[in-house]
Amino acid sequence: MSEAKKKAVDRNRTIDPAVLEVLSGQLPVDTAYDRYLAQQPQCKFGDTGICCRICIQGPCRITAKAPKGVCGATAYTIVARNLIRSVLGGASAHSDHSKHILLTLKALLEGHAPDYSIKSPEKLRAIATRFEIPVEGRTDLEILADVVKLGLEDYTRMTGGKVRWVEKTVTPGRVKKFTECNIMPTSVFQTIASAMSQTHMGMDADPVNLIFKALEASLADYTGMHIGTDLSDVLFGIPTPIYTEANFGVIDPAKVNIAVHGHNPLLSEMIVQAAREMDSEAKAAGATGIQLMGICCTGNEVLMRQGVPPVTNFLSQELPIMTGAIDAMVVDVQCIMPGIQAVSECFNTRIITTAQNAKIPGSYYVDYSEERALDQAKEVIRIAIDGYKERAGVECVIPSVKNKVVAGFSLEALYDLFGALNPDAPIKVVTDALKSGELRGVVLFAGCNNLKVTHDENHTVIAKELAKNNVLLLSTGCAAGSYAKLGLLSPEAVDQYAGDSLKAFIRKLEEANAGKLEGKLPLVFHMGSCVDNTRATNFATAIANDLGVDVPKIPFAASAPEAMSEKAIAIGSWNVAMGLPVHVGVVPPVTGSELVNGIALQIAHDVYGGFFIWETDPYKAAEKILEALDYRSWKLKIHAQTAEKFETKASAAW
Amino acid sequence: MSKTAFTKTAFDEIFAGAEDKAPKRLLQKAYNGAIIATSYAEILLNQAIRRFGPDMPVAYPDTAYYLPVISCLSGEKVTKLGDLPPILNRMRNQIREELTFFNARLYGESTAYAAEIIEALRYLDGAQPHVAPWSGYLTDPILRKYGIQLVDWTIPGQAVIIGKARTSADAAKIVQELQSKGMMLFLVNEVIEQLLEQNMKLGVDYIAFPLGNFTQVIHAVNYALRAGMAFGGIAPGLREEHRDYQRRRVMAFVLHLGEIDEVQVAAHFAAIFLGFPVICDTELEDEIPDWYVSHTNYDTLVKYCMELRGIKLKILEIPVPITVGPAFEGETIRKGDMYVEFGGGKATGFELVQMVGEKDIEDGKITVIGPDLDEMTPGSSNPIGIIVKIFGRKMQEDFEGVLERRIHYFINYGEGLWHVAQRDLCWLRVSKEAFNKGFRMKHYGELLIAKFKDEFPAIVDRVEVILITDQAKVDEMIKVARERYAVRDARLKGLTDEAVEELYSCILCQSFAPNHVCVVAPERVGLCGAVSWLDAKASYEIDPNGPNRPIKKEGVIDEVKGMWQSVNEYVYANTNRSVEEVNLYTLMDRPMTSCGCFEAILAIVPEANGLMITTREHSGDTPCGMTFSTLAGSVGGGVQAPGFMGIGRSYILSRKFLKADGGLGRIVWMPKELKEFLGDDLRKRAEEEGLGADFVDKIADESVGTTGDEILPFLEEKGHPALTMDPLM
Repeated sequence: MSEAKKKAVDRNRTIDPAVLEVLSGQLPVDTAYDRYLAQQPQCKFGDTGICCRICIQGPCRITAKAPKGVCGATAYTIVARNLIRSVLGGASAHSDHSKHILLTLKALLEGHAPDYSIKSPEKLRAIATRFEIPVEGRTDLEILADVVKLGLEDYTRMTGGKVRWVEKTVTPGRVKKFTECNIMPTSVFQTIASAMSQTHMGMDADPVNLIFKALEASLADYTGMHIGTDLSDVLFGIPTPIYTEANFGVIDPAKVNIAVHGHNPLLSEMIVQAAREMDSEAKAAGATGIQLMGICCTGNEVLMRQGVPPVTNFLSQELPIMTGAIDAMVVDVQCIMPGIQAVSECFNTRIITTAQNAKIPGSYYVDYSEERALDQAKEVIRIAIDGYKERAGVECVIPSVKNKVVAGFSLEALYDLFGALNPDAPIKVVTDALKSGELRGVVLFAGCNNLKVTHDENHTVIAKELAKNNVLLLSTGCAAGSYAKLGLLSPEAVDQYAGDSLKAFIRKLEEANAGKLEGKLPLVFHMGSCVDNTRATNFATAIANDLGVDVPKIPFAASAPEAMSEKAIAIGSWNVAMGLPVHVGVVPPVTGSELVNGIALQIAHDVYGGFFIWETDPYKAAEKILEALDYRSWKLKIHAQTAEKFETKASAAW
Repeated sequence: MSKTAFTKTAFDEIFAGAEDKAPKRLLQKAYNGAIIATSYAEILLNQAIRRFGPDMPVAYPDTAYYLPVISCLSGEKVTKLGDLPPILNRMRNQIREELTFFNARLYGESTAYAAEIIEALRYLDGAQPHVAPWSGYLTDPILRKYGIQLVDWTIPGQAVIIGKARTSADAAKIVQELQSKGMMLFLVNEVIEQLLEQNMKLGVDYIAFPLGNFTQVIHAVNYALRAGMAFGGIAPGLREEHRDYQRRRVMAFVLHLGEIDEVQVAAHFAAIFLGFPVICDTELEDEIPDWYVSHTNYDTLVKYCMELRGIKLKILEIPVPITVGPAFEGETIRKGDMYVEFGGGKATGFELVQMVGEKDIEDGKITVIGPDLDEMTPGSSNPIGIIVKIFGRKMQEDFEGVLERRIHYFINYGEGLWHVAQRDLCWLRVSKEAFNKGFRMKHYGELLIAKFKDEFPAIVDRVEVILITDQAKVDEMIKVARERYAVRDARLKGLTDEAVEELYSCILCQSFAPNHVCVVAPERVGLCGAVSWLDAKASYEIDPNGPNRPIKKEGVIDEVKGMWQSVNEYVYANTNRSVEEVNLYTLMDRPMTSCGCFEAILAIVPEANGLMITTREHSGDTPCGMTFSTLAGSVGGGVQAPGFMGIGRSYILSRKFLKADGGLGRIVWMPKELKEFLGDDLRKRAEEEGLGADFVDKIADESVGTTGDEILPFLEEKGHPALTMDPLM
């Protein structure tokens, strides 16, 4: 086999047919798929977490001959410290994102965000009620002022008190656990700063103390994320079921194609609005209109609320450019590969960066601010139209792959569906199904893509396996992106992959909601972008409260089949703290310490009820997730029977 | 503890053969686990202190031993949160990096302390962290309740089972096997749910304690360690003596099922630290011969574990379709679970042990007269007569009553069988479960024959059993039985301390309480309530080298207080020379010592010039200012404590009850439950003593008050005789 051919075969680490089609061509520039191969073999010290670069006496790495760093730090200290720093990276990213939304609402209150308004007063009032903020007889803006104040306090409190966004959104059992274990954050920024300090050279060497701090940091992450989701709903509306399509086939060469990529909906929402207003400008330039499409979680945000079709997910973000048909890719924050710029240079795509803290040399940069948001959105679209004009006559090669998508399942939207069957207690539709065994459990798929495994394979294989076994499936982030592209968010997938009782469950919901929905329901329920994972946690909390137990007892699990980012590590950590089994489909850099790894896989269950499962093989992973669900159902059942027999309350143990 | 913690002690000799055979990888796991456990304890402890302050009380429920792991091994009486940080710091400090087997035992000790602290925090502010059948901390009364069965080896040992068996059916099989051998069980983690799933009987009544999860395993340790203080009389803090006591007398092992994490490895080393081996059902990469071993075959697992710990059993196979063992003695059969019942007032019933001549018995014969179980209406009450004929060359008529009372225990040992009371008051039930397993009337006979022959080989040569369920036949034979009861009662009436020449000792408890001797007289039952003078006499006949020996009443020193030269000599020689003199009839001057398994405790109430009695069953406060558990903590272990004494319940009805102190009239307080238990017998005794039948109503109980001040006005109003007796002190 020629060198070039061999490279082409090796880099085909994906199961997405559109991506495969692009990769199989002669590519003028390297993509992530090539660069991953070029990085092999990767450093095993880094890979197992035992490389310490915290001070510049290092790097120190742990070997049998040198079991301690220069300062005396052992594997468990180094691994735990590196872990905490990853969690902090994730927590910082999420909370910065959400801070931006919070500050936009503050600007709105102060009259400095003219293009924004309160789209969901219902959500605003629901949030206020949760925090016992008075709503009766008050205007939306008055209520918003109190909610924003509370949000700012949860970000900045220096001492005393605890973050209200955790306290009021989890079970009483979790509040007690977090308080007793001293992992309840004081505020987002306070926790991040104190945790960072704790990992400085010569600070904490105690692995348990470090891990507990990592969990506190992860709860700060949860706080930021929850604020982000809540306030995005206030600002842009609560998602409701929406029907569209996904994958490369949504690219229309006759239109001005604009991909929005990143995570923050602040600008992309404006772009959607501007695009509608600027259709005529595009037509004037010779196009048939403007085609918006989403990548990564900005894609998820505009899919959930505006029905913008997702073109691809994280790992293949460079590839739509290679069709030659993308006129502009507008990026905001997080998970934007710098590699897109080099790819864009070979095609006719303009990369437009828009965040002060995420710029790429060579790209266009628009200095987004909430004061001029709509104008800037228009400016961006004009750059794209200019691009379209330059593209005229260039041949585009666009894979035709396209799948139907049903998305928009916020928790409120799910409750609406369930409410058609049980208006008094919508959650009982799920808890009854769990008790009867109609549903074997609920699993949230979240997280990224990672070339350590074949792109999208873990996501789809595990989901199909669990669907076959009658598990109710939820998804967010690039997991959801994967399902959108590959047809698992379509109603047809229910017929194709769902086990009998899951199928019956979904059909029952469809029938009860007939007339209210535009079409049928999907196999996997898309709950939002990766910042929206708290929607799924709220779901778990509601199930636990309805069953009268704490979260560690319910058959609910999370899976990040292709986790990649620090945000995923933060999310995984708080899911464990919340009491859920968390499968991760790649092995994170903690195996260099048996102590830390053992806590993650085993001891965490004893203390918090949640624990990690590392499993790269998707079939084995599905088995292990099912085993974790069955374990919980088994205990729940035995505890209920025992309580009846002994005439006591059900045991609170897990 | 001083620096000597890092020095091997005499106790460590038992590890001598294995010191160099412990694999580093296993030791590393124990080290990691100890770090995790102590760091976790530190986080929880200091957070609790931040939240509640250092003066916040910390205690387990109903115990006299504070946090027993700590009080036992290092002597600190922890009562508040602020007491704990220095102790935890010392334990953190003994986790050393050098990986040796010796250091690993210290990791184990530190992990035990950490677990004790973590668990104690769960009980802050009176919290009750468990629901039945999960037990969490096992209170002192539970410890004492099983004292007698531990010391006479009815319970031959303790199994601490942690984890999850391969299947629930496997878990049930293992536990059934252990229960049939009489083992006391401590269960931790999923094995509990597995057994519940299999409908296995768990809980305090079955000597199978489902402790809980994770650190709750420490409740097996703090239970075992209390034995040394409660029965052994070893002072708190004598770490090496306590380890030695555990190793010699507590026949425990740890059986770990399934996956093992590092904290569990550290906890395993806590067991090894105390001299108990650990057996795992998984293949192990690293083992320590005799101490940390793998045994994967479930068919031979129980046998292997017991052999490794040196628990020897005589196996008694009884041809009945149900499991027989002490685990089922406490089993109750509710009406809903009952197949049929016998006697108990609703139907006629009696039981009789009859000594017969050689020719009047056919050994092993079982006769059923009347309908068998499958011919009875489910849920019905039926007549019953149980006649056990016994021939033995050394059998005496006096032993009939002794053996007859054993019927109660033998039948109760059967799973699904229930028996209360005795003679013509007996009341029996058979569960649906036992019936469905094939239990029939003749199996009562099989059970009784096997047990009588097994337990009384020296006096029982032949046994024949007749079971009557025919109403007419029962009515006929009950007359015969009542005649025998009357004869025996007449004999017992004459059986006074003065009428016999020998008292009997009881040193059964010395397996656990080496410094205690009970002196059993016709009018004073052993303090456990289980050994009467006739029992002791029969026991001596069975085994002259056994726990009961005759003591000739010679050299009377004080007739009133009940002191004899011969008794003093025996006691002195048999208490490791710790008790020089003993009085039988007084509480105030050199009274009898207690082992720890007493049914009730007597204590003085100085302000009332009287005495109070509290029982194991009564967990509340009493007028002497202490609960049963706290009182028990200061009287056990073979120590003479004037003013305090452990007794058997029925001793209260004895004519010799504290004769030298004024007798029954001294009692000013007892729990309601005890009053009801003693009932008319107490009224009769009061009349005999000339106190009047209404004396019982003059005795205060918890409804009157639980302090001296609360009960005094009551006693004065009622004109209680103790108020005018000679001063007690």
